[in-house]
Amino acid sequence: MRAHADPAVLLPIDGLPALLAALGRDGYRCIGPAVEKGAIVMRELDGNDALPRGLQAEQGPGHYRLVADPHNRYFAWANGPQALKPLFFAPQETLWRAGRGDDGALRFEAVLPEAPKLAVIGARACDLAALALQDAHFLRPERVDAHYAARRARLFLVAVQCAVPAATCFCGSTGDGPVPTAGYDITLAELPEGFVAHAGSDAGRALLATLDLAPATPRQLDAVQVQGEAAAAAQARALPGKDLHDALMRRLDHPRWDEVAMRCLACGNCTAVCPTCFCHAEFDQPALDGASSTHQRVWDSCFGESHGHLHGFNVRPDIRTRYRQWLTHKLAGWHAQFGRSGCTGCGRCIAWCPVGIDLTGEVAALMAEQP
Amino acid sequence: MNTQMRFDAGAPHAATVVARTQESPSIFTLRLRLDDAAAQEAYRFAPGQFNMLYLYGVGEVPISIMSDPEDRDGIGHTIRALGRVTQGLAKLRPGDRVGLRGPFGRGWPLQEISGCDLVIVTGGLGCAPVVSVIHYVLRRRERFGKLVIIQGVKHADDLLWREQYEAWAKLPHTQVLVAANEGAAFWPWHVGRVTELFGLARFDPACAVAMMCGPEGMMHAAAANLLERGLPASRLFLSMERNMQCAVGRCGHCQLGGAFVCRDGPVFNWGEVQPLLAHRGF
Ligand SMILES: Cc1cc2nc3c(=O)[nH]c(=O)nc-3n(C[C@H](O)[C@H](O)[C@H](O)COP(=O)(O)OP(=O)(O)OC[C@H]3O[C@@H](n4cnc5c(N)ncnc54)[C@H](O)[C@@H]3O)c2cc1C
Ligand code: SF4
Ligand code: SF4
Ligand code: FES
Repeated sequence: MRAHADPAVLLPIDGLPALLAALGRDGYRCIGPAVEKGAIVMRELDGNDALPRGLQAEQGPGHYRLVADPHNRYFAWANGPQALKPLFFAPQETLWRAGRGDDGALRFEAVLPEAPKLAVIGARACDLAALALQDAHFLRPERVDAHYAARRARLFLVAVQCAVPAATCFCGSTGDGPVPTAGYDITLAELPEGFVAHAGSDAGRALLATLDLAPATPRQLDAVQVQGEAAAAAQARALPGKDLHDALMRRLDHPRWDEVAMRCLACGNCTAVCPTCFCHAEFDQPALDGASSTHQRVWDSCFGESHGHLHGFNVRPDIRTRYRQWLTHKLAGWHAQFGRSGCTGCGRCIAWCPVGIDLTGEVAALMAEQP
Repeated sequence: MNTQMRFDAGAPHAATVVARTQESPSIFTLRLRLDDAAAQEAYRFAPGQFNMLYLYGVGEVPISIMSDPEDRDGIGHTIRALGRVTQGLAKLRPGDRVGLRGPFGRGWPLQEISGCDLVIVTGGLGCAPVVSVIHYVLRRRERFGKLVIIQGVKHADDLLWREQYEAWAKLPHTQVLVAANEGAAFWPWHVGRVTELFGLARFDPACAVAMMCGPEGMMHAAAANLLERGLPASRLFLSMERNMQCAVGRCGHCQLGGAFVCRDGPVFNWGEVQPLLAHRGF
């Protein structure tokens, strides 16, 4: 495991409210886990909300159910359908507004979002890795996305080390988890007596200092390390390598694409839950009085009819080519675009696919035969 | 003049239609001028780049710039009326307003041709990206070798700017090869497939650059012919079309494998895209 520059401290097991209160004093609105419709969602916590405790997320292909955690832990649920993505890359938002004067002249103005200071409690290693990928896309130095940047700049991230990966998790094989190694302000590892906490930024360091915590003991640090290794070892799914670009691009005519197309509904759930998918559509919404029109962007999916629409021709007219686009972009195209795969092993696309299509299974089937 | 001014980030810039020409029943040319005079003066582009044109309350579409890059007076766009946005643009008249952002993407490698022959291949109704190159070359004739224009159309009536082709054919060092699958009365060119004309093209494969634009099937056939004639693949370029929403490499719609057509294209070297174009679906 990595060495932390900062000494670890121990936040007592009943210390989470104090952490939230400290964040509140610093002006942060806290976003954290809550149970909604039988799943863990991330939502704004109001001061009196207790964090859910004693829950695990039982997950499988097309399956998600909250079950009891025998050890009554706070963070034994691996993840829920939402990653951090909606917090920075809004599902729908206005980019700019056009106004038309009486003389017909058009005026354009940028519309920037209100971006409150947000603190996220419970970010997982796969989420942090996905956030770094979204940053690479939306914050390219030569073309910074102002909307994303505004939200991203005011964010405080409290990560947690995963103790109980779901059966759908495979972050070990993508190199992104289960132990958070970068991108957080504070990271926590839950032990029976409390949370071993490390700061990863000046803001995190300053916040921990206000809590006046005792140092973690060597025994506790060992327990954290053992927990991380056990969580990695417990993962049953895997991708067969970190760079599958060439292997996949050699298999563009593989019969498996036809086979998966028979099962896939092209519903786009996988792209909506994926923490790295960035596709969006833009459209105009004219005001009723005709004097202005807002230009909006909304999440879009490569499974939709309109994604490949050219007038009179669809680049991807069928599910075979759409599923192949999704998988080859995620696992091949990203290498050219961002220097790594676009999958951080969170397993959401497996759990939230209504027909249980498992990308690790699809990759295995594609690789089983020589091209 | 402020050379730092950019018109390709954020919201569009207001522009006015200063002239409109009907080129055929469904094709028209809009000459636009940015409302801010300093902006119009500062606007620069390279042939092969495109703008996003915004129709108030409806949306934006990518349209190539077909005027000459040294013409500071207006920005020309030749547009085919097809769907929601382009049919609306077709109704605009001089004095009407639009939004414009751009220019976007990578244009034609015009420096690479210097002194060499240029082979232009287009299909369908002929596309603006290559027409702008033809104009560009004819205005700077001394810098280039032979110019070969090869165009295929379905029906003779589809050939836009027919008089222009006839005029080009009379110029020195210029060869015009046009084929229509179906001819018509007084059709001076070939009747049949355009690929039947490639053998007639006179250019020096050792010092030539080819630029293609049009339906992908036609470009495949053209590429095969040109490569067979000895043109190295590194000197074969094409302009690609994909659905575009943002034009700045963000919305993901224009992706072609690892490339964003809006940013890395629309002009590509044949070798960059050929492996993917061989598979339907990218
Ligand atoms: C780089 C580039 C340069 C182009 N240059 C020209 C040109 O000079 N002249 C010209 O007439 N046409 C050009 N096109 C094609 C033109 O953009 C489409 O015809 C136009 O977008 C159709 O929009 P619509 O709303 O009228 O049609 P609809 O069918 O109603 O399309 C709905 C939306 O889909 C998208 N879309 C549809 N077809 C295309 C397409 N072919 N390419 C990209 N997006 C599309 C647009 O966002 C459009 O608003 C170019 C396309 C690209 C990618
Ligand atoms: S592809 Fe699936 S497993 Fe990978 S990051 Fe996206 S949702 Fe998670
Ligand atoms: S793979 Fe599953 S979640 Fe994704 S589009 Fe197909 S059916 Fe929907
Ligand atoms: S048009 Fe949006 S990424 Fe290219």
